[in-house]
Amino acid sequence: MTVHQEIAESLARNRVEFVTTVPCKQLAGVIELVERDPRFMHVPANKEDEGMGLCAGAFMGGKRACIIMQNTALGVTINAITTLIQYYSIPLPMLISYRGEVGEKVACQVEMAVHTKALLAQLKIPTYHFHESDAVGELDGILNHAFMAKKPVAILMDAHFWGAA
Amino acid sequence: MIRSEIIKSIVPVIRDHLVVCNIGLPSQELFMHEDKPSNFYMLGTMGLSSSIGLGLALAQQAKVIAIDGDGSVLTNLGTLPTIANNVADNFILLIVDNGSYGSTGDQPTYAGKKTSLAAVAKACGCENVVECQAEETADVLREAIASDRMTIIVSKCESGNVPVSVIDLDPAVIRHRFMQEVATRNA
Repeated sequence: MTVHQEIAESLARNRVEFVTTVPCKQLAGVIELVERDPRFMHVPANKEDEGMGLCAGAFMGGKRACIIMQNTALGVTINAITTLIQYYSIPLPMLISYRGEVGEKVACQVEMAVHTKALLAQLKIPTYHFHESDAVGELDGILNHAFMAKKPVAILMDAHFWGAA
Repeated sequence: MIRSEIIKSIVPVIRDHLVVCNIGLPSQELFMHEDKPSNFYMLGTMGLSSSIGLGLALAQQAKVIAIDGDGSVLTNLGTLPTIANNVADNFILLIVDNGSYGSTGDQPTYAGKKTSLAAVAKACGCENVVECQAEETADVLREAIASDRMTIIVSKCESGNVPVSVIDLDPAVIRHRFMQEVATRNA
């Protein structure tokens, strides 16, 4: 099974039914699986904070939700994370491609990578960094933790994890 | 007619439905006119009322009315293509368009100038878009609810505010009682 398939299976096992995505090259495989898998309602968003609004609504509608996004967008989500997701205690797994780490080919991506963990730490978001491909085995526990705690959690998946470094 | 009067006029129309209400004065006015557990008040996060409403409508069966403003829709303009392409026939988006950022001191928005949000919604692919005058809002909303089709309503009204109090409810309480309402309606 590829890491993409393992991520999709873990989401399904943890009863995630609503997935919103903003694309990243590294996430293309997961997004394709989520789109064609009838276990998920997939609603692509135009911007990540919009996606967080969709997830908040879906969660209140009784469906566990998650967002799949790129770390470069973290900045535009800070208000949505703090005043909606955290303020109303809404669980939200954030599956984030960690662009700008070792193996990155686009120099500009590094500029946001150096701020990514600091921003997540400042926001008090439990953060898990997947570097080795077998780290995907931790996803079940992390998803369970997010829904138990009713908090956003961030899973950063770098180029090495995707097999690109 | 100003926004507060529109909200007062639609209370009898929306009271049996799930309502997601925009940040600031719209939520405070709805809270003042008729507080109900089926109202989800946004205490922050400008722009996301329509997104929360759509996610909620897609996830469950009950009717959802998202009350939004022209300024907030302009903030999150990407919401209109997402709505158009993910049709939920239990979803109604009511954009109260007073051409101004009412909660921050009535600064003008582009919707009060050359930009037509109804035209934008249609261009984004929304199929049922109704622009109406403030006085017609309650009737248009009643018809939209009865139609069982996803509808975007742009209600043109005057700019202006009335004094209102802040909402003295904790966010966890707002969410908890709202989710209980959702569960009851989908049981």
